[in-house]
Amino acid sequence: MSALTYEIYVPRDASALSLGAESVARAIAAEARTRQIEVRIVRNGSRGLFWLEPLVEVVTPAGRVAYGPVTARDVPGLFDAGFHKGGAHPLALGNIAEHPYLKTQQRLTFERVGVIDPVSVSDYVAHGGYQGLRNALAMSQAEVVQAVTDSGLRGRGGAAFPTGIKWKTVLDQNAPQKYIACNADEGDSGTFADRMLMEGDPLMLVEGMTIAGLAVGATQGYIYLRCEYPHAYRALKEAIAAAYQARYLGADVMGSGRRFDLEVRLGAGAYVCGEETSMLESLEGKRGEVRVRPPLPAIKGLFGQPTVVNNVITLASVPVIVAKGAQHYRDFGMGKSRGTLPIQLAGNIKHGGLVERAFGLTLKELLYDYGGGSATGRPIRAIQVGGPLGAYIPASQFDVQVDYEALAGIGALLGHGGIVVFDDTVDMARMARYAMEFCAIESCGKCTPCRIGSTRGVEVMDRIIQGIDTERNLKLLEDLCETMLQGSLCGLGGMTPYPVTSALKHFSEDFRARARDH
Amino acid sequence: MQALAQAQREAVLRILEAHRARPGALLEILHGVQAELGFIPAAAVPVIAQELNISRAEVHGVVTFYHYFRSHPAGRHTLRICQAEACQSMGAAALTAHVKQRLGVDFHETTPDGRFTLEPVYCLGNCACSPALLKDEELCGRVTPERFDELLAEWQRDS
Repeated sequence: MSALTYEIYVPRDASALSLGAESVARAIAAEARTRQIEVRIVRNGSRGLFWLEPLVEVVTPAGRVAYGPVTARDVPGLFDAGFHKGGAHPLALGNIAEHPYLKTQQRLTFERVGVIDPVSVSDYVAHGGYQGLRNALAMSQAEVVQAVTDSGLRGRGGAAFPTGIKWKTVLDQNAPQKYIACNADEGDSGTFADRMLMEGDPLMLVEGMTIAGLAVGATQGYIYLRCEYPHAYRALKEAIAAAYQARYLGADVMGSGRRFDLEVRLGAGAYVCGEETSMLESLEGKRGEVRVRPPLPAIKGLFGQPTVVNNVITLASVPVIVAKGAQHYRDFGMGKSRGTLPIQLAGNIKHGGLVERAFGLTLKELLYDYGGGSATGRPIRAIQVGGPLGAYIPASQFDVQVDYEALAGIGALLGHGGIVVFDDTVDMARMARYAMEFCAIESCGKCTPCRIGSTRGVEVMDRIIQGIDTERNLKLLEDLCETMLQGSLCGLGGMTPYPVTSALKHFSEDFRARARDH
Repeated sequence: MQALAQAQREAVLRILEAHRARPGALLEILHGVQAELGFIPAAAVPVIAQELNISRAEVHGVVTFYHYFRSHPAGRHTLRICQAEACQSMGAAALTAHVKQRLGVDFHETTPDGRFTLEPVYCLGNCACSPALLKDEELCGRVTPERFDELLAEWQRDS
């Protein structure tokens, strides 16, 4: 690269693309050609400040200077202003690392996302990548598992099960074949951390899975990716190919003589496949019906063999733990929630995006300090935390801390860390109806409380919304929720009552006022 | 059941050949068939079943379990509009009504000119840029009804 080549970053992240990043990248390339300015355009991930996307960054002696949100129409003006040298412009945001939204974060898992070229092994290594795997290769299997246990890492998919204990169970099994299965079926509305990581730093997931494989004695890994994520699919395929090329995957991982193979498998649009046993069925090429547990997947998982099933963020947290030590990771967080959590601010929020922080900050800090309040400028009335099976939380509880136990304490759950914001125009009875409807659409059909209960739930909610026999139908709704909660095989039927009953508890006026209309 | 055209049959057999050695390959095979033929013809089911040595019921069961797989031909482009909570909070219902009215179709239907098939989808992972829709593999964010009309005009220019 000649001294006069300017390095410009334009994200390839799906959200950035959805706001026009591709045409911005093309416009920059074309304009640079016209002006005979030599540029190297790197397609990075997103920093996760989505109200500023497409966010274009240029490398300057004063750090990476950002401009955003940029449209293709802004590009000639940006060149006029000398943006490729960090020139002043109304869209200039200064050194992006100093932006308050980013500067106050504690990015461990997302340290490189938005910074590096996601599919370049050399860029990854230059930014500290593969240090974890290097360390792991010098440790015994039990030591690696112990480090993960000591870090306090709990499953980031939502169930929050201690990762080290799961790994230990798989390590202790004697079996001809073991597997690492990454659950990348990120179906919860309001969540996009997995997607951002797979598009922005996929090699970190590859490294985490490789460490997991070596630690428990698994030679084959699968990433089960939802088909709604075509951009993540491409990034993963490119990253895996690059890792094979550089011998970080395959028969001789980093010259250790040890094998780990990895491939991506696509789902086909079934929310229930985010449930681990259903995902395993799907990986086996079957209907994604939930399995009865026990046996646990750690003992009898994919193709009947011991299998580590972990979420994307869980596995992507492992390289840092092994590179910097369990204590380093453990020092973040509070109580039994150790480390950091990538929180996703979504829906009706002014500054939507990704906030990775140690556990313990309050919902209020997230919604107002980071989020800047609602996008519509109206008061925030309710938020749903943890996806479509998570509880609705009213404004009176926004002082609660983001921590597995603290949220459980108010009858809510943290799940995968997504927060969907609603302003005061939301009709909570309709949201309760939607929860039942979603369950009915996505039920795998294996157990009756979920399959039939959800359909009956929609019917009951329809009567409530029409103001028909309200009190009797509310009683019926509560009974139904109790049956689904107690009787369902998995979380889909078993947790659909959370949004329904929390909506009823905190916003009962939306359910009862209707009776007066009739 | 309409028989497979020769070209379709060859495509199915070629996809089977490429994937059959992989464990649990049925979903991969069905993705391959749908990508190539646009849908999974009923007549492909017994061929796949026989080649994988599983029952037709098993193949049919998988095809019908997953929302993404379709047994009938679709339009040249598929529009998937997100119906999930984050998009609802930013007006997905109004957008959906607008799109249905503009295209003159309901969900799971194809426009008479064969250009678009409309499908609901439950989260595209674009929840900080709601409402979202996916046209084939092109993701669009912050889609107001007005923005949809602009996009539609662009797509119609392009094709």
